[in-house]
Amino acid sequence: MVYDACVEVKLREGIADPQGSTIEKATANLGFNGITNVRVGKCIRFQIEAEDDQEANNIVTELCSRFLTNPVIEEAVIEIQVAG
Amino acid sequence: MSNNIGVVVFPGSNCEKDAMEALADLGAKPRLLWHADNTLQGVDAVVIPGGFAHGDYLRPGAIARFSPAMEAIIDFANGGGPVLGICNGFQVLTEAGLLPGALQKNAGLKFLCKEVELRVENTNSVLTNMAHEGQILRIPINHFEGNFTCTEETLIELQEKQQIILTYTENPNGSVANIAGICNAGRNVVGLMPHPERACHSLLGSVDGRVLLESFIQGEHAKI
Repeated sequence: MVYDACVEVKLREGIADPQGSTIEKATANLGFNGITNVRVGKCIRFQIEAEDDQEANNIVTELCSRFLTNPVIEEAVIEIQVAG
Repeated sequence: MSNNIGVVVFPGSNCEKDAMEALADLGAKPRLLWHADNTLQGVDAVVIPGGFAHGDYLRPGAIARFSPAMEAIIDFANGGGPVLGICNGFQVLTEAGLLPGALQKNAGLKFLCKEVELRVENTNSVLTNMAHEGQILRIPINHFEGNFTCTEETLIELQEKQQIILTYTENPNGSVANIAGICNAGRNVVGLMPHPERACHSLLGSVDGRVLLESFIQGEHAKI
């Protein structure tokens, strides 16, 4: 089976996010009031071949912990669905 | 004495020649090592220089840590071999797990390129054994992601084991506890964001980097 995977890499809670705070200040300067807790991450999309959902999940989880994230400061949210 | 020093070149490294020049000027015999070779060619010590290894894609050091040379460097470091990571080299060493913590984007999101003042916090490391505690060094920084970050537990451990070897007297980038450079528990692996190789000649405005690189070349780190 081929799956579409989307990995959202985000900074762990409590890790300062200089990009997020800069964007937050800019929103206020542009007149967008009430925008808070801006956090910037990145999204990595790819396709993966696996026997089933479970295997796809396991592979992507390992990929995230070994390579796509730095667990000291980041964490991943993984979304996997059958490609189509 | 670490005479034969390997300076590792990744695609995107850009401080290897500065490092070679400074090390040679201090009497060592540096040579370049290519990242795709999994041998260190019998060198006595390794320097991972600054730059943008693999374009800093994904995260600085994230791809470089899987280069074949890194496997050899990890074995070398675990065997007590002296390893120094400067700037991008520091980022590579944290990604490879040879040093704790991580380097985040600078607070204030500015690329910083200026001379800063460092304080030598501990002299028991391959990089600081010829300096003295409290010594103030003027050395340039040149980075966007030099904001040292770690968990509270890691910071306590770094403090208790006196692994923080260099701090900024005025924090330029938001680093936790003003950290500019740390060593591992074995004190043979060191990473720092500032560039001592660019402060080795009076023409460059400072010679304060010499004491650090001389320490590294002399290799008498076991001053316990």
